[in-house]
Amino acid sequence: MTGFPILSLMLLVPLLGALACLFLEAKAARTVALLATLVDLVLGIALWMNFDVGGAQWQFTERLNIFSGFTYALGIDGIALLLIMLSVFLMPICIGASRSIEKRVGEYMAAFLLVEVFMLGVFMAQDMYLFYMFFEAGLIPMYLIIGIWGGADRIYASYKFFLYTLLGSVLMLVAMLWMVHTAGTSDIPTLMAYDFDPHVQTWLWLAFFASFAVKMPMWPVHTWLPAAHVQAPTGGSVILAGVLLKMGGYGFIRFSLPMFPEASVYFGPLVWGLSMAAVVITSLIALVQSDMKKLIAYSSVAHMAIVTIGLFAFNVQGLEGSMLVMLSHGLVAGALFLCVGVIYDRLHTREISRYGGLAINMPRYAVFFLLFTMASIGLPGTSGFVGEFLSLGGIYQVSTWTALICTTGIILGAAYMLYLYRRVVFGEQKNADAAAMPDLDARELAMVIPLALAALWMGVYPESFIAPMRADIAALDARLARAKPAGDSAPTPGKAKPAHEEAAAHGGSH
Amino acid sequence: MSIYLIVFLPLLASILAGFANKSLGFVVPKVLTTGALFIACGLSWPIFIAFLTGSAEASVFPVLKWVASGTMTFDWALRVDTLTAVMLVVITSVSALVHLYSWGYMSEEPDQPRFFAYLSLFTFAMLMLVTADNLVQMFFGWEGVGLASYLLIGFWFRKPSAGAAAIKAFVVNRVGDLGFMLGIFGTYLVFGTVSIPEILHAAPTMAGSTIGFLGHRFDTMTVLCLLLFVGAMGKSAQLGLHTWLPDAMEGPTPVSALIHAATMVTAGVFMVCRLSPMFEQSETAMHVVAVVGACTCFFAATIGCTQWDIKRVIAYSTCSQLGYMFFAAGSGAFGAAMFHLFTHAFFKALLFLCAGSVIHAMHHEQDMRFYGGLRKKIPITFWTMTAGTLAITGVGIAGVIGFAGFYSKDAILEAAFGSGSQVGTFAFWMGIFAALMTSFYSWRLVFLTFFGKPRWNQSEHVQHAVHDAHGHGHDDHAHDAHGHDDAHAHDDHAHDDHAHAPADLGMRGPDYGDHGDGTGGYHPHESPLVMLLPLLILSVGAVAAGFVFNHTFVSEGEGEFWKGALVFHEHLIHAMHGVPMWVKWAPFTVMAIGFVTAWYGYIKNTAFPKAVADQLGPVHTFVYRKWMFDELYNTIFVKPAFWLGGVFWKVLDIGIIDRFGPDGAAAVVAKGSTYAQKVQSGYLYSYALVMLLGLVGAISWVIAG
Repeated sequence: MTGFPILSLMLLVPLLGALACLFLEAKAARTVALLATLVDLVLGIALWMNFDVGGAQWQFTERLNIFSGFTYALGIDGIALLLIMLSVFLMPICIGASRSIEKRVGEYMAAFLLVEVFMLGVFMAQDMYLFYMFFEAGLIPMYLIIGIWGGADRIYASYKFFLYTLLGSVLMLVAMLWMVHTAGTSDIPTLMAYDFDPHVQTWLWLAFFASFAVKMPMWPVHTWLPAAHVQAPTGGSVILAGVLLKMGGYGFIRFSLPMFPEASVYFGPLVWGLSMAAVVITSLIALVQSDMKKLIAYSSVAHMAIVTIGLFAFNVQGLEGSMLVMLSHGLVAGALFLCVGVIYDRLHTREISRYGGLAINMPRYAVFFLLFTMASIGLPGTSGFVGEFLSLGGIYQVSTWTALICTTGIILGAAYMLYLYRRVVFGEQKNADAAAMPDLDARELAMVIPLALAALWMGVYPESFIAPMRADIAALDARLARAKPAGDSAPTPGKAKPAHEEAAAHGGSH
Repeated sequence: MSIYLIVFLPLLASILAGFANKSLGFVVPKVLTTGALFIACGLSWPIFIAFLTGSAEASVFPVLKWVASGTMTFDWALRVDTLTAVMLVVITSVSALVHLYSWGYMSEEPDQPRFFAYLSLFTFAMLMLVTADNLVQMFFGWEGVGLASYLLIGFWFRKPSAGAAAIKAFVVNRVGDLGFMLGIFGTYLVFGTVSIPEILHAAPTMAGSTIGFLGHRFDTMTVLCLLLFVGAMGKSAQLGLHTWLPDAMEGPTPVSALIHAATMVTAGVFMVCRLSPMFEQSETAMHVVAVVGACTCFFAATIGCTQWDIKRVIAYSTCSQLGYMFFAAGSGAFGAAMFHLFTHAFFKALLFLCAGSVIHAMHHEQDMRFYGGLRKKIPITFWTMTAGTLAITGVGIAGVIGFAGFYSKDAILEAAFGSGSQVGTFAFWMGIFAALMTSFYSWRLVFLTFFGKPRWNQSEHVQHAVHDAHGHGHDDHAHDAHGHDDAHAHDDHAHDDHAHAPADLGMRGPDYGDHGDGTGGYHPHESPLVMLLPLLILSVGAVAAGFVFNHTFVSEGEGEFWKGALVFHEHLIHAMHGVPMWVKWAPFTVMAIGFVTAWYGYIKNTAFPKAVADQLGPVHTFVYRKWMFDELYNTIFVKPAFWLGGVFWKVLDIGIIDRFGPDGAAAVVAKGSTYAQKVQSGYLYSYALVMLLGLVGAISWVIAG
């Protein structure tokens, strides 16, 4: 173990908080949970401050051999750092969004804190088995959050969620066991540099893909997401969209791409195809939803497709773009679920048609909702744009068809989000109860303002977020270089015209 | 350095005004935003004059790092060169005047701070667009003005038609932006940079190269230029992507003047001129630009001749004039395109603001069938509007003097003809026909509005005013616009026809008033000074912008003015001067024909237009219904999108994926549910613990074994 074990501390704080919450009554549990997440946020900021950009690839490493073949090994690179920051940033907001929870508050808070422990663990783990444990364990509290504190159809939703995500993981576990036996280590950094036989890679890749595609979620294994989101309480939706969906992308970038470069390139067209299908199909489905949460859930699937095409563009723009889409989506989709939660708390319905004209009685809400809507549809200057632009720009270099189809997402995205916004915020106040809803209160403002600022920060000065991962992405890009596809758009060199002809280029045409 | 103030003062003012909203009253936000714009305007003119006198050089002012991803880097920066300087004065001048005008026009509006904040936000985004040094910042401004446009079209958000128009504007523009984005990607792929100067410098070296796109190989520059041009088509409402512009008239009239006439819609023209060295490399792309422009200019003019809504006539007129600018650019006359952009900004803003003044006087009635005889009632509006009409119809005597549009439009037509290509000739003839129609619909508008007998008594809006006057004063004329009591009256404007509208002029509807003179007892008033002042200032521009700047923009040897900011063809200027005499006189002739026709149809023999429309039958209906574009797009895009969405959801997601996926699996493990239900009511930590221990145990067993 080297230096101060800040990573372990970040796991320990919410873990202790969770244990405490189990034995506390409601009010105290809320306070403890909020405190624990805030402490983790402070630790996260300290982590970011002390992260040496351009320094060693793996920093803050901790190692403890527990027993033969199983090591408690933590450590982060820039990619993990960013996702950890996203998690610790969203957690206090989730706790804040859980004001309306009244049933079994202590256990609810404990479940949330456990989610935080496992999520952070996923991003910190440097041992494959440790990763797997965190990765799968994260399901359990989430499953319970949906199943116990969810809406009317929560049992079905939680089953769907659990079945999908766990069944996908079994294959991954088998693949992991095989890899450890072959490579002789479960150390992730070592495995990332290990060259597996390209033929075997295809099988391993598929096994990991089964798990990550579900977690992502990619079309057509996405149907758990709308169900889970609709039934989950607001805080659960925020954390589900904000961080749990990032575990699939993280898996691709940490395992699939560096460990199986040849297989990744081989299966690239498959991923593109599924992503194209996702962008078009789920966007169209979002267009016809009458349930706000379902609409945003489907839009998440479309956004995650932009992540996967960025990842499987195999170049720096695509990879950095997909990371930024993940971060941005975490903030923005989280914020949008929060916005839904705000009015759900007041009217207890997610039916879009029950609202309308909110700009009149909730002007502040209208402003924030608009900002997040714009960030979601990738307006330049907001976080949504930079990632989307880089991802699409990345895939354009490899496949113009994929770029074209996926870029239609900017049209469809604008259509369904603005259509939603119009029905909720514009128009006359059709319903008296919706018209009587008060505007955002201080607690709600305290939740949305940080999200809004972060979304703008990431849009105007994304360098803060690109810098930490630049070296890691470059390394990954170099690792992929040997298998990189040629791209279908390579230009031939031009035949520069002689100067006089150039000047008369147009005149000469007639 | 003043460029920082020019660009960021409006942003600052917008933020302050937006956040203050109503907490500081109406005056503070209005002073902040208007003041910021007048300062920006005052700082912009010296920059423009410095370029005029040749004492300024193109320069770039850095602001902030933006994105550096691998070799793709782009920063926030402000570029100032001749092209930017032209746009700076256009944007800040019109915007400042529109801000001022809105003091009067929006004076009854309870949401004024929000309106002014949006206007300033728009101005900031537009300035970012024209000062962009790289394609991505241009895209930022591009989408930023789109956002402001969305917000302003939807300003009266209670009206369903405003909400719909706002979405339509944004989404249709996004179709263009799809092309723009792909164009940027392609440009980066080819040139390895998105910096505009670097691209333009390298563009000639790529002539003759090919690139793969969608599985085929095409000429590189053609692909790039056409993709970028799709973006320009969206923003500048060119044929096919124009459908949003007429609907955008749902916004308050000052917005129409600033955004949907003078500035934002010209962004596409600006982009083509800015990237003119790229477009020059592809003859195909140039031809496409010219043909699209020519078709738009013709097509929009035909619709303009048939519409009754005063704002829609001017909207189609704008669409048509943008077509002129594009076919000028497509003919290689980028200087002429910018010249027309410049003059058009003044006279079209003037026309819109005059229309606003008329609408203001007529209690938000926009249907010209209910106008008439307003000349004496609102004389200043009448005279300024006449100045604007003289400018747009291009009144002037070749070689002597003329109004603004005379110089710029003639320059375009001569350039198109002078370019000598088939496409140029095609554009020339389309332009001549459009000029005829421009003259016709512009004078038709003037005659219907200001001449003849009053027809106000048939207007619901006017009737409201008259009735209100008995109750609580007749100045309450903005009331229906924001739906305090009778929003329905305004909603009618979403449709092309008022339910109660007479089928044609001369046919009397129910006469609400008993005054017998068609006034219905209504007395229109001239607008207040804050509204008239901008009209008078813009009139100066409409009268003088042509002959003052003609030399600068399109004369021989004036490539020096542009200093390479756009491609300037000396030989085309020579060709323009060498066109036959009939070409020089053709615009004047058709202008005169249009004027006489309008005079005959709307003053002399008012039954004539209806007779012609009846004679034309389905042709008239087709044009009147705007060539059925909305119906067509509804049928082939909007409805199928919703239908497909429903199918994908119900059939694909629920019917197939769920049924054979998780639900099928769930049925298999249904037995487990009894156990799980116990857990639901049990203790979660015990469950979690068991799960975790099980996992650890399983793994260690496998490893150890």
